[in-house]
Amino acid sequence: MTGMIEKLNSLLQKKKISCIELTQAYLNGIARDNGVLNAYVRVTEERALETAAVVDHKLAAGQILSPLEGIPMTLKDNISTRGVETTCCSKILQGYTPIYDASVWQTLKRQNAVLLGKTNMDEFAMGSSCETSCYGGAVNPFDIDCVAGGSSGGGAAAVAGNLAAYALGSDTGGSIRQPAGFCGLVGLKPTYGTVSRFGLIAYASSLDQIGPLCKSVADAALVFDAISCQDPMDSTSIGQKEPTWPQLTQKPEKLIIGIVKEYFKGVNPQIEKALQNAVHTYEKMGAEIVKLSMPAVSYALPVYYILACAEASSNLGRYDGIRYGYRTKHYNSVYEMICKTRSEGFGPEVQRRILLGSYVLSAGYYDAYYKKAQNLRGAVVQGFDEAFSRCDVILAPTVPATAFPKGFAAQDQVQTYQTDVCTVPVNIAGIPALSMPCGYDKKGLPIGMQLIANRFEEAKLLQIAYQFEQATDGEFYRKTKWGCCQYA
Amino acid sequence: MREYELIAGLETHIELSTKTKIFCSCTTAFGGEPNTHCCPICIGLPGTLPKLNRQAVRYGILAGLATNCKINPVSKMDRKNYVYPDLPKAYQVSQYDKPLCSDGYILLDSGRKIRLTRIHIEEDAGKLVHERGNSFVDYNRGGIPLIEIVTEPDFRSVDEVREYVEKLQLLMKYIGVSDCKMQEGSLRCDVNISVRPKGSLALGTRTEIKNMNSFAFMEQALEYEFERQVDLLESGEPVVQETLRYNDMTGETESMRSKEDAHDYRYFKEPDLVTICTSPEEIEQLRALLPELPDRKKARYLSMGIHEGGAAALIRSRKVAEFFDEAAKGLQTPQLAAAFIVGQMFSRYSTATQRDEWETPVTPSRLHELCVMVESGRCNRGLAKTTFEKMMDTGKGATAFLSADDLAEIDNNQLKKICQEVLAENVSAVQSYLGGKETALKALVGAVMRKTRGRANAAKAEQLLVDSLKKG
Repeated sequence: MTGMIEKLNSLLQKKKISCIELTQAYLNGIARDNGVLNAYVRVTEERALETAAVVDHKLAAGQILSPLEGIPMTLKDNISTRGVETTCCSKILQGYTPIYDASVWQTLKRQNAVLLGKTNMDEFAMGSSCETSCYGGAVNPFDIDCVAGGSSGGGAAAVAGNLAAYALGSDTGGSIRQPAGFCGLVGLKPTYGTVSRFGLIAYASSLDQIGPLCKSVADAALVFDAISCQDPMDSTSIGQKEPTWPQLTQKPEKLIIGIVKEYFKGVNPQIEKALQNAVHTYEKMGAEIVKLSMPAVSYALPVYYILACAEASSNLGRYDGIRYGYRTKHYNSVYEMICKTRSEGFGPEVQRRILLGSYVLSAGYYDAYYKKAQNLRGAVVQGFDEAFSRCDVILAPTVPATAFPKGFAAQDQVQTYQTDVCTVPVNIAGIPALSMPCGYDKKGLPIGMQLIANRFEEAKLLQIAYQFEQATDGEFYRKTKWGCCQYA
Repeated sequence: MREYELIAGLETHIELSTKTKIFCSCTTAFGGEPNTHCCPICIGLPGTLPKLNRQAVRYGILAGLATNCKINPVSKMDRKNYVYPDLPKAYQVSQYDKPLCSDGYILLDSGRKIRLTRIHIEEDAGKLVHERGNSFVDYNRGGIPLIEIVTEPDFRSVDEVREYVEKLQLLMKYIGVSDCKMQEGSLRCDVNISVRPKGSLALGTRTEIKNMNSFAFMEQALEYEFERQVDLLESGEPVVQETLRYNDMTGETESMRSKEDAHDYRYFKEPDLVTICTSPEEIEQLRALLPELPDRKKARYLSMGIHEGGAAALIRSRKVAEFFDEAAKGLQTPQLAAAFIVGQMFSRYSTATQRDEWETPVTPSRLHELCVMVESGRCNRGLAKTTFEKMMDTGKGATAFLSADDLAEIDNNQLKKICQEVLAENVSAVQSYLGGKETALKALVGAVMRKTRGRANAAKAEQLLVDSLKKG
């Protein structure tokens, strides 16, 4: 069951390689290939080497490393890092350097995780291609004419391009699972409340959740266990029910997989085929397949865009140029300053969502949109509750398509929004889901399979994913030529 | 000219005296160098989350219990979105449709009830400072917990508004949830005001005067606004619904914004906080913490024989009232203790602040001791008065100033002698007594006490007098 993190941990522990050498190898990979992949928007070379030196000292002293100690990794640019600029890839946060650490980073820092840098993302995590980033989008390591996906595209490109062992992203409507799907990775969106949001720069507070992008299910379980906890700084955090990694290899006794027909509407036939194969794999393992219908899934997309934009319009109100970040050059009054700062500082997609969100919350429209969406949110939750009374996990596509060609997303926003149709229901319901590779299309682009479980059932979810990985002998993890590929 | 009636409703913001802010652990202390009582949370840095201070919730509930409100078992925080430089998140975390408390009232002395619609908790904003042609923002006050107490439009005069605010201020100070210092902005009022011809039932168009933080300005503003609206109606012009501010330089109200420019706050549930649940047990625990409230205290004082003015003065500060309660405990004449406090102590602690703080070197037990001396006749009123002044100067007990001779009971022989003198000097009282008027004996005992400056044992004196009279 060894995942990549375990392998690297073992190399370090056995002193086959020093942590400085490992870190330098990744830094060299970044120096060589980030120009193409655009995965990183900020590289923290000095800090990385400092941490690596600390780890090497521990090794020299004969100490045992904890699982994530000394492992080079990245954080999405919306996770606050004290002393390291954190911009959400937005012009409006240029120059903003947090004075505190996000809780997840505090936890990992304590374990001497080696932070290589901050990774690219859609501006304020609003987008499905990473192309709304003010730094330009991250590129898909499988095909440099395609996007890495979004919004955590930089993290996905970094891990798939061997520029980091794992990455932390955030998932509001699919922002971990979709790029993981596009880049052939395991991406886990945990149950809402298992991982602290303190320090995660908010897009939509009731939907946002931090999670890992990794090269294997075991890696995802290790990182998830490390970052999940009840955090007193986040009132909505509950922590995980149980550690997942120690029980990862357990085989679920009786496995019932649900196939919800609404998830397969308009799915690319190559993807449908790959998923059918996956279902067969599970059947061969003795799983029972049940066919389900969840009409509420079809409401999830409009519900998502109403709720997420409403919350975003409020969350992003604070960027006014007064206290930090970008401020317009010329103004005559404080209101003019705020207006110009926001008009110049936010990109078009962010502005669009702020306007949408302000509209759906405004007096006279509140009942027709926001309130209705809140009510429908309940229907989606109920739909999943019913489904999970009949199955252990739901198997679905992550995205109805494989990685978009560059520039596709900007052409038609509504069509791009629609590609989120398979990922958003999970955020609406607050339940966990992961994406893992289950095939490749004719162009050689990875196909993501989404597994969805009930609230706090990450242990079961990861076990079932692990069973697939074992049964297929990891054949769907394909290496790319980029970066530090000797360790991939 | 027709006679007009004022209709007003109040929204009162009161800063709670929790040690820390409502969503972070910054101090709530007043003042401080600008932006020194701040942290990433209360200046709303990206990624920070609020953490509700449960003490603010408890204080809010106490305020509700003290004002006869229903405490809602489930309430929630909402975001009120608006843009202003003193509001670092561009929304205020407040409560919209599920406040902590609802449906209470405050009783005016006239017996009229002012109904309270609701009490909710929220965070305060920072403040703008205009200096040297620039505007600066100080976020020290941002995130201090507030309660907003909203009344129905039940006020019919400026005096009623004043009485209500005074009562509210007193109540909140009593239950310890706020110091209610208007001059420091910890109590501020917005008033909704309209006028109508007396006898009419329809409500007129209202205006709102924002942010008044002194009784004087509030009264002036209300009187000005009442006159202004009456003048408008009399000249056949409509009152325009708008938000006003009172300019204390000109003594006039001026428009801040009209109804058309009214904010659309785009309220929605604060997703970063969970629902606030309050169990019946918690409510009862809090109810048990409530002290005796001023109205009840005053009624008790009146029943003890303290006059209206004295009772009203005593209850105006919880510390004074508690000082009195302790000093008067067990006295036959509690009025005596009240008289010392209201008559003598108040002349030294004349300001409201001094009475609120009530830092006096005299302990209640020493005042009690002095009162007992007076009651027992061992010390007469005049001597007690001068002694009490010395006690207040030094903090020492009465015995430090009254010599042993002053207090020692005079011996039997001396007492007999004095009784004889008294009988000789009060012939008419002696005759009424002998004529069957028992009460005349009291006058004779009183005369003995006066002559001995209270050092006689009254019971003994009475016996001696009776004996002598019977021997006759």
